[in-house]
Amino acid sequence: MKTTRRTFLASAGAGAMALVAGCARSPAEYPGAILGAASAAGHRIRDGHFPAPSEIREVGHVIVGGGIAGLSAARRFDQKDARDFLLLELDQQPGGNAASGRNSVSAYPWGAHYVPLPNDDSTEVLAWFEELGLIRGRDPRGVPIYDEETLCSDPMERLFDAGRWQEGLLPQIGISTEDRRQYESFFARMSAFRDARGSDDRPAFTIPLDLSSRDPEFLALDRITMAEWMRAQRFDSAPLLWHVDYCCRDDYGAGLAHISAWAGVHYFASRRGHAANADADAVVTWPEGNGWLAHRLAEPLGERFRSGCVVFNIEEDGPNVFVDYLDLARERSIRVRTQGVVCAAPRFVATRIVRGLAPAPGLEYSPWMVANVTLDRMPAGDGVELAWDNVSRASASLGYVVATHQNMHPVPRETVLTHYWPLDAASPVEERQRAIVKTHREWCDLVVADLSSFHPGIAPHIRHIDVWLWGHGMIRPVPGFIWGETRARLSEPHGRIAFAHSDMSGISIFEEAFTRGYHAADTLLAQHG
Amino acid sequence: MRDRGTRLLLLASVFTIATCGLIYELIAGTVASYLIGDSVLQFSTVIGVYLFAMGAGSWLSRYVEKNLLGTFIQVEFLIALFGGSAGATLFVLFAHVSPFRVVLYAIVLLIGTLVGLEIPLLLRILEGRLVFKDLISKVLTFDYIGALLASLLFPLVLVPYCGIARAGFLFGILNGAVGLVALWALGQQVPRAHLLRVSGLAVLALLGTGFVFSERIITWSEAAAYGEDIIFAKSTPYQRITITRHDDDLRLYLNGNLQFSTRDEYRYHESLVHPGLSRLPQARHVLVLGGGDGLALREILRYPQIESVTLVDLDPAMPRLFSTQEMLTKLNQGALTAPRVRVINSDAFTWLKSNRETFDFIVADFPDPSNFSIGKLYTTAFYQRARTALAQDGAMVIQCTSPFVARKSFWCIDQTLHACGFITEPYHCYVPSFGEWGFILASVRPLPPAMQLPEGLRFLDERNVALLFEFPPDMARVPTEINRLNNQALVRYFEAEWARYTR
Repeated sequence: MKTTRRTFLASAGAGAMALVAGCARSPAEYPGAILGAASAAGHRIRDGHFPAPSEIREVGHVIVGGGIAGLSAARRFDQKDARDFLLLELDQQPGGNAASGRNSVSAYPWGAHYVPLPNDDSTEVLAWFEELGLIRGRDPRGVPIYDEETLCSDPMERLFDAGRWQEGLLPQIGISTEDRRQYESFFARMSAFRDARGSDDRPAFTIPLDLSSRDPEFLALDRITMAEWMRAQRFDSAPLLWHVDYCCRDDYGAGLAHISAWAGVHYFASRRGHAANADADAVVTWPEGNGWLAHRLAEPLGERFRSGCVVFNIEEDGPNVFVDYLDLARERSIRVRTQGVVCAAPRFVATRIVRGLAPAPGLEYSPWMVANVTLDRMPAGDGVELAWDNVSRASASLGYVVATHQNMHPVPRETVLTHYWPLDAASPVEERQRAIVKTHREWCDLVVADLSSFHPGIAPHIRHIDVWLWGHGMIRPVPGFIWGETRARLSEPHGRIAFAHSDMSGISIFEEAFTRGYHAADTLLAQHG
Repeated sequence: MRDRGTRLLLLASVFTIATCGLIYELIAGTVASYLIGDSVLQFSTVIGVYLFAMGAGSWLSRYVEKNLLGTFIQVEFLIALFGGSAGATLFVLFAHVSPFRVVLYAIVLLIGTLVGLEIPLLLRILEGRLVFKDLISKVLTFDYIGALLASLLFPLVLVPYCGIARAGFLFGILNGAVGLVALWALGQQVPRAHLLRVSGLAVLALLGTGFVFSERIITWSEAAAYGEDIIFAKSTPYQRITITRHDDDLRLYLNGNLQFSTRDEYRYHESLVHPGLSRLPQARHVLVLGGGDGLALREILRYPQIESVTLVDLDPAMPRLFSTQEMLTKLNQGALTAPRVRVINSDAFTWLKSNRETFDFIVADFPDPSNFSIGKLYTTAFYQRARTALAQDGAMVIQCTSPFVARKSFWCIDQTLHACGFITEPYHCYVPSFGEWGFILASVRPLPPAMQLPEGLRFLDERNVALLFEFPPDMARVPTEINRLNNQALVRYFEAEWARYTR
């Protein structure tokens, strides 16, 4: 009788579901593909099988890596009239983490997708924004006036919690007075950190990060995790902890239990940018995210930007530096003789290709999955209207960003959602191993299940899903990394090879990469006198 | 063995009818909340009345003396019929019956009573086939598990994927199927089985038809909600266009919002065009943004010196409709096909971005800023774009919602125009079907005061135009924010102000 009942229940349930399925569409296979930071080509560096160079060229400088740091080094060379350089990029397009794509519906980002209002300390970025017309002028007090079509349109963020969409990313539904007290107290602390200066009179937290104070009072935060700091400060409100964890995962690809409290506080306390025509928390964004900026940087390079080039060896020899790379299109290796190299590849790649460079232990990179989901229509939900950044509190993903948000079309129809998922459930190594074996179908199932959990009925509207795997998406500021010895050594040039990458800052943000590119170019130019 | 099969079948029925029973209750509660609002009250009272009616049904079951099985099957068919169609029935009756609550609770009472009969009857049918303690434990177990399944299925699957009316029909069919299966398996114990079978099949056919046509039923009830005869309805990719007629009154609705009534639209369109254009004797080229009904065009074409009018409307269906239907071309006097007029189907922002022409007069006749997408057409970014298309001595007029209902919204648009370097002249008029309505005339240089109104106006004359620019204290200027893309202040004002007014 027992078995009978169980089978009966199961079959009754299945029967009911089958009936209902008559109304809805069953899970389907979606067109699309897995793309990725040219991992196959990248892995050849690890395995090391390259044909010997069959050709030698000569050029003033070589930049290895066409992410934001490499592109900004190129811009700096041009500014200083050192135009004789080559930029070698592994991928087919410029941008690195700021890569982007485009289909008939919209352009969309594959990674970094916005820049907050830059701090006054980020002078290089501000000057460039002014040149681009993103800053249209300044008000009588000297405060920048931003181009309003580039500032992220309102509404910026919404959170799905308890079955409803609410405005902003701080949970508001069903929170207690104690939660609210902790919210206030936490943000008051962050605001105090933002205003704080160390004994060296530097701001406690700023961008570029290296301009921050070295006052031991603040650096002590780098020795504990953000979770430990929250606990020590008696912040135990579940919605507050969720919010802080979300912010850490968003910027560092790992939650508050993994990243250093200095990095966690930096997220909230380092931004002092301002605009005459927007709030301080405004950001600039484009349909293709920071891909727009990458393309503006790459445009003036012309033929000097070489895509599909795998650099596998950089070595100094007397007054020369040799750079060996494989041209993927021709499957042919080329040697370049040059006076200096800006190595703008991530450090875990640099240690493999720069001859004689000491390995840098303790570098942790967060793996990510990003999916671009094309929809014929966006289903409505309960609560506030669709925003730019849309997050579900119950989801393990970071939700999605709407690529068409900046459109001026009064009746939104088809769109592309960029779905972000930091793979941080297990260690980065394990997550990478799991990610690499998943099929497109399996990723689609995960993405659609996640989206459906806060958008019931979204599945039939999906037309296409592309997936991008970032095996080493961004540097992870684990305790001790930002103010430890390893990072201090990363900034030193290796002879005539200067380094530029945001992993030298310990946090992966646009301004850090941009500034690092400038500095690396300046370092090389100074060497030649 | 045969008896075991019967027992199983009857227990399966308990499970199914428990699921169905709760679904009907949830449907009634949800429909009541949708249509009447105040969901806590609606759900509480619907559940209370439903449970009470189930009690009444249980009590009534004692009066069923013989033919238990036949009665049970009859009850199943009745529940299938009334329960299954309840959602659709309530939607349809809402527009026709007043007070609606009487119907609502009558239906809930009826279904509740019938559902209340089910379990007692089944218990008695199963009596003797099972030991009493087993009987009670099994029946109630399946009853409660069915309820759980229903309460999960309803919000997670049925409402999002099927819709309420259709979900009702689906479970009605299930309920009817229980009756038919019982009849098929145990027919030999039931008198007049043939008659029962026919009635059961009829109920299923009815529900099946309802399931297939449930979408049409909802549309029909929507039509009735307008309280006028619908003479045209069409969903375009951009909006739902509905035209209604009541006697000689023609009305246009977009997404259910009234755009004009032929009884007083001349007041709106004369006020939109003439206070500005009559003061621009040099004007030759005019741009109309929105206004695909051609009624603003009709007013503009009264000026013989105007050489060209460009109309940019998002939805090609609007100008097409208003340039082909005789009734409508009579209303706009064929303005859309006039030789001086050029119609472009594009969204205004994108079109302005690529436009290189300049215009002497611009009419921005957009829908009210009721959502963030439309709100973008009232921002500094939009007015800066529009300014580049405006001749130095030209003017732009903007329809600005009601300065009485949405006072902050109105003055927010004014403030936004000032932030873009415009001089403004706000004004308003009374349009009976809309109420007090506001406009803002914006120009880079002060406009000459002299006006030359065209012949044949029904509302405006030289004397009363000046009065439109007077604001009584209850509509006078209030300080507001500037509406920018990155704050959408206007949509927030508009939402708050209209919500307060219509609640």
